[in-house]
Amino acid sequence: MERVEDAGVYQLTDDLALIQTVDFLTPIVDDPFAYGQIAAANSLSDVYAMGGKPLTAMNIVCFPVQTMDLSILKEILQGGLEKMREAEVVLMGGHSVDDQELKYGLSVTGTIHPKKVLRKENARTGDRLILTKPIGTGIISTALKAELAGKEAADHIVKSMSTLNRKASEVMQGIGVHACTDITGFGLLGHAAEMVEGTEIGMVIYADSVPVFPEAKDLAAMGMIPGGLYRNRDYRKSMVEIGPGVNECLADILFDPQTSGGLLISVSEDKALRLIDRLHEAGVTEAAVIGEVVGSLKGRIVVESAQ
Amino acid sequence: MNEIKTVDTRGLSCPQPAMLTRQAIQKLDNGTLEVLVDSGTARENVSRLAKNAGWAVTMEEQPEGSCRIVLKK
Repeated sequence: MERVEDAGVYQLTDDLALIQTVDFLTPIVDDPFAYGQIAAANSLSDVYAMGGKPLTAMNIVCFPVQTMDLSILKEILQGGLEKMREAEVVLMGGHSVDDQELKYGLSVTGTIHPKKVLRKENARTGDRLILTKPIGTGIISTALKAELAGKEAADHIVKSMSTLNRKASEVMQGIGVHACTDITGFGLLGHAAEMVEGTEIGMVIYADSVPVFPEAKDLAAMGMIPGGLYRNRDYRKSMVEIGPGVNECLADILFDPQTSGGLLISVSEDKALRLIDRLHEAGVTEAAVIGEVVGSLKGRIVVESAQ
Repeated sequence: MNEIKTVDTRGLSCPQPAMLTRQAIQKLDNGTLEVLVDSGTARENVSRLAKNAGWAVTMEEQPEGSCRIVLKK
């Protein structure tokens, strides 16, 4: 593999490969059960993004035993277990260490057909880009820390972050797509940039079509922006051009670091609408076409506004 | 002479600088406010917040990487 992929793939036979990944997070919400669900969904996501089927998992826990009640850990693990059951993944064990800062996640092992591995590269000119979850979780979590976001905003992001990318992955595999990655810490444009960096293709993103949590824009205007967003934006400055008329806060949200974000799928134009319909039917209701792959922008991304 | 109010956010991490500035401009309504910040994130967030609330923003670099942001309305 030439670029860093979402998970590692090790071929066993002509039609069977192992897929392995590990991920863990510091708490993103106050509720321990929800945190456990989100961390597990986030860890499983890398397997789904590559078109694999997760089979087993191990817990990874860093817990401040001296200062925090063990009942909190129990709830976190129950949240994680609930998601593993939903994913039909067997928990095989785990490892915990005493640490001042709480962290939780999973190492996940699954299987994948060696010829059906979905990589970040391999998007083709004319493809449509589909995003399966709204963005803005980083901004809303920052505002929650400042107590400037309400319960409704918190509920929106918890529901989205704890949703497995399983259905989205199964639907895209059923239809057949060219490339896929999941949206996490680098934000939508950071992960999109990974798909075109150093290639002969580029992307046009339609800013106004990107699904965004309704509260995120106003909170961004209030300065509730995590430092990671500015780092993501600065890192990709030379690859990304924000077109005239794109709202400044919206442009920022496109770089917002996500936790357990959706899949970014590159699919041929003739299959795109069918894929959107099937995703909506499967309950992935926020999925939307957010852009296209073009041959005229080599290794670059242009963000356009409809206005 | 009116005394200029100062919000010192040095040493505080995101989102506190923007939060404290927001409280201060809500209390002040108009006039001049000085905000001291010491990170790039705080600098961007405080000026973003103030501009969107209709305040004029000027920045003055200070020694040791900190910055004095003057807000006027």
